[in-house]
Amino acid sequence: MNAVRALVAAAAVCVALVLQVTFFPHLAWDGIVPNVCLLVVVGAALTRGPEFAAVLGFVAGLTLDLAPPADHVAGRWALALVVVGYVAGRVRRDSQPGAGTVLATVAASSFIGTSVFALSGLVLREPAIGFGELLEVVLLGVVWDVLLTPLVLPPVMAMFRRLEPDRSLA
Amino acid sequence: MSRRERRWRGPLHDQQRPSRGLLVALVLACLTVMSLDSLSASPIDPARRAVGEVFGPAEVASAGAVRPFTAVPRWFRSRDSMQQDLLDLQAENSDLRSKVATQDYDRNRLEEYDGLTAAAKSLGYSLVPARVVGLGPSQSFSRTVTIDAGSDAGVHPDLTVVNNDGLVGRVLRVTRSTATVLLIVDADSVVGGRVGRSMEVGFLHGRGVLGHDGRLDLELVDDTAVPAKHDTVVTWGSEGGGPYVAGVPVGRITTVYSSLRETAQRAVIDPYVDFGALDLVGVVVPTGTSSDRSVIEPDGGLR
Repeated sequence: MNAVRALVAAAAVCVALVLQVTFFPHLAWDGIVPNVCLLVVVGAALTRGPEFAAVLGFVAGLTLDLAPPADHVAGRWALALVVVGYVAGRVRRDSQPGAGTVLATVAASSFIGTSVFALSGLVLREPAIGFGELLEVVLLGVVWDVLLTPLVLPPVMAMFRRLEPDRSLA
Repeated sequence: MSRRERRWRGPLHDQQRPSRGLLVALVLACLTVMSLDSLSASPIDPARRAVGEVFGPAEVASAGAVRPFTAVPRWFRSRDSMQQDLLDLQAENSDLRSKVATQDYDRNRLEEYDGLTAAAKSLGYSLVPARVVGLGPSQSFSRTVTIDAGSDAGVHPDLTVVNNDGLVGRVLRVTRSTATVLLIVDADSVVGGRVGRSMEVGFLHGRGVLGHDGRLDLELVDDTAVPAKHDTVVTWGSEGGGPYVAGVPVGRITTVYSSLRETAQRAVIDPYVDFGALDLVGVVVPTGTSSDRSVIEPDGGLR
């Protein structure tokens, strides 16, 4: 992983995070916003594979855990996004993934990400949330992420692809 | 399913296999961070503060850039002058409503143990005005917001945050230019509450839900006291005014439960504050706090 690529990836995560906490709450439904950081990690996974995406997921998750106004136990989003980056990276194929594959990957990643986060909360005995509400948050999160995919994923994937001129060396 | 999996995995055999060691290392790192942060004196807090110092100003700037656009629909709805009238009326309305809401409580205080001066003092606070710049996502299952006033503005942890309508929450941690506020609807939040009419005390627990279902549960300490519907609940306040100052209106009782098996009475509170549309808030600070902005004094003036 060269320095430029790491810097660009980190910058993308920072922009995603700031948008997620300042802009999207204005459009949120019951406080549920699209998880832009997760979309960036999925974009990295589909272009660069599981290893890069898992590392980026760790960085993005840790930032999400530490940046205000987060107040949960740090490391929970990091764990969720490491899993997302790894799983989404396994989908990557040699050919460019089609729109259907990208949407399915985003939906599955969003479901896995929010679920892993919620499960880690259960293990750490963070305040219990009812199952019905949990399901509502997870499913609405999936809908949001899929809706935002056409806007976020193409530029993110194009960016990561440009930073990787020779794919066979990846 | 298995066929699709095989199809997905197929090309990976030609490529380098993803390293399991890396995945294990990252997961272990996450678990380490989690266990460190679960300690009572968390070694993660300095890191949290450092990240906050970087992201706080970025959030303030971004919220400032977004605000004109979110205000566009409001601007179109009425002309400038009407908009001003509307704001004035809204302010007057919430002022009157909070007066009505605390009336019972105030009268009881006066009758029971306080002179006029003490009551006036307890209801007049200095406020540091601030705007909400960032909201935590519901996917994180905690209800916290970032406000654009930090230690430079005289804000420090465990201060009460209010708005026109009533109690918003308390300050959890600060950076130089921002502060993180725990909303009272968070599932972690416990507020000492007092029913204005009967002066019964109890505890208000958040449910962790925003929007129209954003309710609080009131559990009264005295199990013989039955709270009445539509009664107002105000904060009880603790020694030294921290984390919650006394007498701030919280909400209205909408439903009362009493079960034989439970020892305490339970009531559901509808908060006065609309947590889905938080914008301008005030942080209650001791009079005479030095701040980087104008502080609203108890008499309504600016300093």
